[in-house]
Amino acid sequence: MFDGISTQLLFGQVLIGLINGSFYAMLSLGLAIIFGLMSVVNFAHGAQYMLGAFIAWGLLNYLGVPYWGALFIAPVVVGAFGLVMERLILRPIQNLDHLYSLLATFAAVLIIEGLVRQEFGSTGLPYNSPLPGGVNLGFMFMPWYRLWVVVFSIVVCFGTYILIEHTKLGAYLRAANERPEIVESFGINVPRMISLTYAFGVGLAGLGGVLAAPIYQVSPSMGSNLMIVIFAVVVIGGMGSILGAILTGYLIGIVEGLTKVFYPEAANLVIFVIMIFALILRPNGLFSGKEGYK
Amino acid sequence: MTRTLWLGLLLVALIAAPLAIYPVLLMSILCFVIFASSFNLLLGYAGLLCFGHAMFFGTAAYVAGYLLKTYGVSVEVALIAGTLLSAAMGYVVGIISVRRSGIQFAMITLAISQFVYFLLLQAEFTGGEDGMQRIPRSTLFGIFDVSDHMAFYYVTLTVAVLAVAFFYRVVHSPFGEILRAIRDNEPRVESLGFRPERYKILAMTLSAGLAGLAGALKAMVFQFATLTDVSWPISAEVILMTLLGGLGTLTGPMLGAGIVILMNDELAQFGEWALIAQGVILLLVIIFFRRGVVGELSALWRRLRPSPDQNQDRG
Amino acid sequence: MPSDPQPILKVENLEAWYGESKALHGMNFDVREGELVTLIGRNGAGKTSTLRSIMGIVGNRTGSIQFRGKELIRKRTYQIAQEGIAYCPEERAIFASLSVAENMTLPPVLRPGGLSDKDLFEAFPNLHARRKSGGSKLSGGEQQMLAIARILRTGSRFILLDEPSEGLAPVIVKQIGTQILRLKEQGFTIVLVEQNLQFARLVADRHVVVENGQVVDTLTPEDLSADLDRVKTYLGV
Repeated sequence: MFDGISTQLLFGQVLIGLINGSFYAMLSLGLAIIFGLMSVVNFAHGAQYMLGAFIAWGLLNYLGVPYWGALFIAPVVVGAFGLVMERLILRPIQNLDHLYSLLATFAAVLIIEGLVRQEFGSTGLPYNSPLPGGVNLGFMFMPWYRLWVVVFSIVVCFGTYILIEHTKLGAYLRAANERPEIVESFGINVPRMISLTYAFGVGLAGLGGVLAAPIYQVSPSMGSNLMIVIFAVVVIGGMGSILGAILTGYLIGIVEGLTKVFYPEAANLVIFVIMIFALILRPNGLFSGKEGYK
Repeated sequence: MTRTLWLGLLLVALIAAPLAIYPVLLMSILCFVIFASSFNLLLGYAGLLCFGHAMFFGTAAYVAGYLLKTYGVSVEVALIAGTLLSAAMGYVVGIISVRRSGIQFAMITLAISQFVYFLLLQAEFTGGEDGMQRIPRSTLFGIFDVSDHMAFYYVTLTVAVLAVAFFYRVVHSPFGEILRAIRDNEPRVESLGFRPERYKILAMTLSAGLAGLAGALKAMVFQFATLTDVSWPISAEVILMTLLGGLGTLTGPMLGAGIVILMNDELAQFGEWALIAQGVILLLVIIFFRRGVVGELSALWRRLRPSPDQNQDRG
Repeated sequence: MPSDPQPILKVENLEAWYGESKALHGMNFDVREGELVTLIGRNGAGKTSTLRSIMGIVGNRTGSIQFRGKELIRKRTYQIAQEGIAYCPEERAIFASLSVAENMTLPPVLRPGGLSDKDLFEAFPNLHARRKSGGSKLSGGEQQMLAIARILRTGSRFILLDEPSEGLAPVIVKQIGTQILRLKEQGFTIVLVEQNLQFARLVADRHVVVENGQVVDTLTPEDLSADLDRVKTYLGV
């Protein structure tokens, strides 16, 4: 098919790209939801993802709670943590320039990562796959767990998209995104809605962390490196665009995987190169036609 | 008059300082004074939060180190080369990112700096993960031997004084006025017939150049350049220095640089606590003391002084 | 009824700021049950700011706003709405990312007496016909109808209406006037900000004249008819 490149390698890397893309999509989705409503760029998103993974690890190793339990518990715990963060550090500065909320959530990253590293060290901790084995598709071997991650993340991403675009709850969110004070003048507790939305976005990051635990090593720095990539994804997809975040996430993951096949040296760089071109060619992001959720 | 006196005293203190304090620590502070001023020029005066300022700092450190190691150029050539290269980088990054709003600008500059990080990681000349070691301090102007710490301290001090003087000139020039106007009300500046983008790009160029100067100097002070110099924790450190000292105040970020370097030095033995302390301080500054040390002190000073000033302040 | 001596809204020494700039300099007026009161005055006199201050949508405010005996000055916007005040802003604020139906059904039912979705679409059949289109696709008149209609869902009987006639063709203004009069007949209490004197004259029981963020005069409809010239100097027309 391609000269000198086995289909095994090609599909293998596309799968890895799709896996990475699942995390890009889930994280940039949460980031976009939070940004849409609060105009906060949640720098702590990567750290919250890392917390999700650590909570899953802790649940298993200290309390014996298996993966499937952690899949529900960890996002809730991380979401609750988000509630506290919103109240303590975001609400006091909500009327200031949005650069401050970016910096405040960034400060939170230093603290969270520092504390976790102090407690668990810098090296990664192993987390065994809850779905060992896989299936031979003929052209490649597909591990069950990776298949699960891809399918589950697609369900979560598009479920969230439908929730926002096609439900009453989503209508509140879209309306508050446009004119929060008018929604509040209808008698809706918008401050609480903001807190819960932040918690939901953060919970998504925590869920991503649980999904990631069996694939990547559970380590304190797993979030911060990913975070910078997510920023690039969000810039490419258009800030605050829900669908843009999801599609760009998967797309970038696959492009990255393909780059590994054809030009491995550039695999780390390709996302940023795409971002730079996107900035030059599509100054408003690939998917953004107007302000607000789409 | 009193200000000249204070400046004179400060200079005397700086000249005498290495007699009492380890010169490398002092030089490290001076490098970061330049670096923090360069960042302050962008965020404090132009309102641009560059979240990847380390890319200018670190790249210049590598370039200066490479020139010194490979070609044995003299100190001033290495400094100028580092400065110019970073300024050029700043110009290009400015063109790419300056059109985006403040918050996106921060994300984009962070992403570009990560791009630069990976480039330098893969480049042959940087030594990859190991970094570039044993960078020589060559001669100044090809004549003077400045290789020992004491001699090099005075080189560093001179460069720092010149850099701060340059920074002072820039923010007090008409150009600096326009930058502040853009920060406070960009549409208005645009409606007066200026093109804010151009001024922002120029600010990026100047700021990146200064950051490069700091980086090149740092490579000679420590005699090595590593990936840490281009990594995001360094970008974070300069943000902390600037905010802690006092955003948009002339001296604040310099003071902030001193505090953070000394704090890191003290906390170095306590593992992760240095980073945690940085986070806590940054958070406290953002929530409670947004004017920073110098800003809060001068606000306090104004409140304690007799009332005529106070009224002026309100008007 | 106007004979009720006890005002249901009592605004005293209301001052309001947007950041540094002061918009209201001590407003004093009250509104009785079932009354329709207009706020008239020049552009920038503080009419819209008064409505926004009552709803708590300003930077900062001091003074007293009593509604049915409760002090609102420390309450948040959503709490004020839950007390039974509905607000229809000048820009209509129809949400572009929501369909007409979503816009219509967005406000929650806060108390009994709110119109059901069915009632609303019956009362505004043209909105029913366009319920699936995007909020931004409506004409100015339709947007205004929708903006009024949706707040009737909440069941609030006290309505703040900001310049419903603005920018609309005379025939539409007339329709809106009819709607407002019907609301008044049904016993709604309404505070209406209005520049259009002809319109204001037709519907109001009382006119509160606002200048520089203060109330400078209160006129009956008779005053308005008798002394139109004086009123016109108030409005700067």
